Amino acid sequence: MMDLKNRLVSWEGALLVLLLGAWLVASASVEGFASTSNISFLLLDVSEIALMAIPLTLVVITGEIDLSIASTLGLTSAVIGKLWNAGLSIESIFVIALVVGAACGLVNGLLVTRLGLSSLAVTIGTLALYRGLAYITLGDQAVADFPSNYTGWSTGSIGPIPHPILLAAVLAALVGVILHATPLGRSVFALGYNEEAAYFAGIRVKRIKLGLFVASGMFASLAGIVYTLRYSSARADNGTGLELAVVAAVLLGGVSFFGGRGTLPGVLTGVLVFGVLRNALILADVSNEVLNFVTGLLLISSVLAPNLARFVRNSQFRRSSPPRMEGTLS
Amino acid sequence: MSLLPKITTIVLTGAMLAACGGTTKNDTKTETSASASSAAAAANPNAPLKEGLKIAFLPKQINNPYFTIADKGGSDAASAFKGVSKEVGPSDASASSQVSYINTLTQQKQDAIVISANDANAVVPALKTARAAGIKVVTYDSDSAPDGRDLFINQASPEDLGRTEVQVLAKQLGNKGKIAVLSATPNATNQNTWIDFMKDELKKPEYKDMQLVKVAYGNDDDQKSFTETQGLIKSYPDLKGIISPTTVGIAAAARYLSGSSSKGKVALTGLGTPNQMRKFVKDGTVKEFELWSPADLGYLAAYAAAALVSGQITGKEGEKFSAGKLGDKSVGKDGVVLLGPPTVFNAENIDKFNF
Repeated sequence: MMDLKNRLVSWEGALLVLLLGAWLVASASVEGFASTSNISFLLLDVSEIALMAIPLTLVVITGEIDLSIASTLGLTSAVIGKLWNAGLSIESIFVIALVVGAACGLVNGLLVTRLGLSSLAVTIGTLALYRGLAYITLGDQAVADFPSNYTGWSTGSIGPIPHPILLAAVLAALVGVILHATPLGRSVFALGYNEEAAYFAGIRVKRIKLGLFVASGMFASLAGIVYTLRYSSARADNGTGLELAVVAAVLLGGVSFFGGRGTLPGVLTGVLVFGVLRNALILADVSNEVLNFVTGLLLISSVLAPNLARFVRNSQFRRSSPPRMEGTLS
Repeated sequence: MSLLPKITTIVLTGAMLAACGGTTKNDTKTETSASASSAAAAANPNAPLKEGLKIAFLPKQINNPYFTIADKGGSDAASAFKGVSKEVGPSDASASSQVSYINTLTQQKQDAIVISANDANAVVPALKTARAAGIKVVTYDSDSAPDGRDLFINQASPEDLGRTEVQVLAKQLGNKGKIAVLSATPNATNQNTWIDFMKDELKKPEYKDMQLVKVAYGNDDDQKSFTETQGLIKSYPDLKGIISPTTVGIAAAARYLSGSSSKGKVALTGLGTPNQMRKFVKDGTVKEFELWSPADLGYLAAYAAAALVSGQITGKEGEKFSAGKLGDKSVGKDGVVLLGPPTVFNAENIDKFNF
């Protein structure tokens, strides 16, 4: 177990070094990067990504994926706009929005756990389905006249830390404790590492997965609420393509695409690495094409690097180390 | 599964409780839009243009030929008054993608931001932050909500544009037949205003035999515009004409028509650049289309920004400023500066233009 722990520490350690390195380089070479207001912008810009990455981390650790999150965000935004126009109070709309998100997640979860379909296929389908529903709900309108105390909250901050990021941090802490310090969290790793073994060990595999999909939907709708408020614009196309950034952050954060391995602190570091790189590159007037190129490159290298590392290690220690349970922390 | 019903009950109870009180749309109607920094300083029409001004152009999307030309016009103006200009922006025209760029420009302490808003409202909070930091904001091509900017440079009166496009098409069709509109994104402020005026123009008795059957959206994406055109022709086999008030849309529509059996049977007009459309005018796919000069639009926007920063104007109605080769311009109602009437391009004059 010891070398595994080292390895996990080293992946997140490396990521942290990357984050600090990028931060230092950007502070030194990009004018305006290190200012308090820029840090605020940077954090605010990743708030939806951070919110959606929290449950997705757990989903991916169980060996599943949820690609419908950005569409759920869009659907939530469309529903918020529609209901606001219909005259409902914003507070009740928030609650309904979360129910919509939970329902989206429930559909994904039921299709995956009860019908045994591949989550990749299911959520690619619902990616299109929920976005379509969003357009059916709100059409081509944009609803913008949300109450300023809420829109103000969503762009406001305590010190340099924007409110939405504080919200994400609190939720991340909660989920982090569940994932890394409770039997439930251990079960998540176990079923990601070997679903059958987990099942025979008495872990309620389907129920946990279903719960995670519902959580993923609810967090996505929470991200939808934040997104709608901070741009004060409810539109069906809100957050289009955002799932890529979230998946990229999760993988960069050291979560194995094949399940069983990953940590929430790693993922949050991954989110920040993305935020820092994007912000610094934009601030340095790097064109958007190059930006997309860098994002793609990071995504590929974050999938490649751990595999490469494992390949090297395996070729070194093939005979000397017994098969081990990957994914647990201790 | 026992948890789910419980959660649902809690959530629904919460919803009902919340529904009893709380903030609704009607409550916000009384909220006055947070009054934007009313120009405290008085305008000094004789103030010289400052040198070394940093002006950033933030188009709807980069690598869009229209904005490339407009922003080139802006940079020409900037070099004329010894300023520094640059163009930054997102590669997709979605609602919120401009916001992080506005924040960045604020961070870079530009003197002025010249922006074409993808979403009139989504950009406003960020623009307000920029203005609070002392940056002048000029919108061009597509306006933001008025409290987000100091001035809007309007390429042409929306009414002129909407009505003349119907007139140009009606002339080609003999005032008869089904027509469609191929627009940009569903929320594009200017396109929607023009389309409203087109609809109004079509209500006139002389157009009683013309019928607008559909407004399609190509999202200012070449491929999408192309397939939307294809869809229009398929869904309405007796379609006689298309108006595409966007340069991306009209070029894609012309490309589809020129390669299809509908060439010459379905008339196409709208807003395009001469270089994009030359081929299609020469091969007979398109007879006439309109456009203002995008280079002049960018040029005027840059001068307006410089005049604001230098204190020549504050954005109040009636103020005048000099816009280099375009002569004197004045600020109209609601901080709008008008560029001038559009040019109609056809086979006879198109070779005189190169943009």
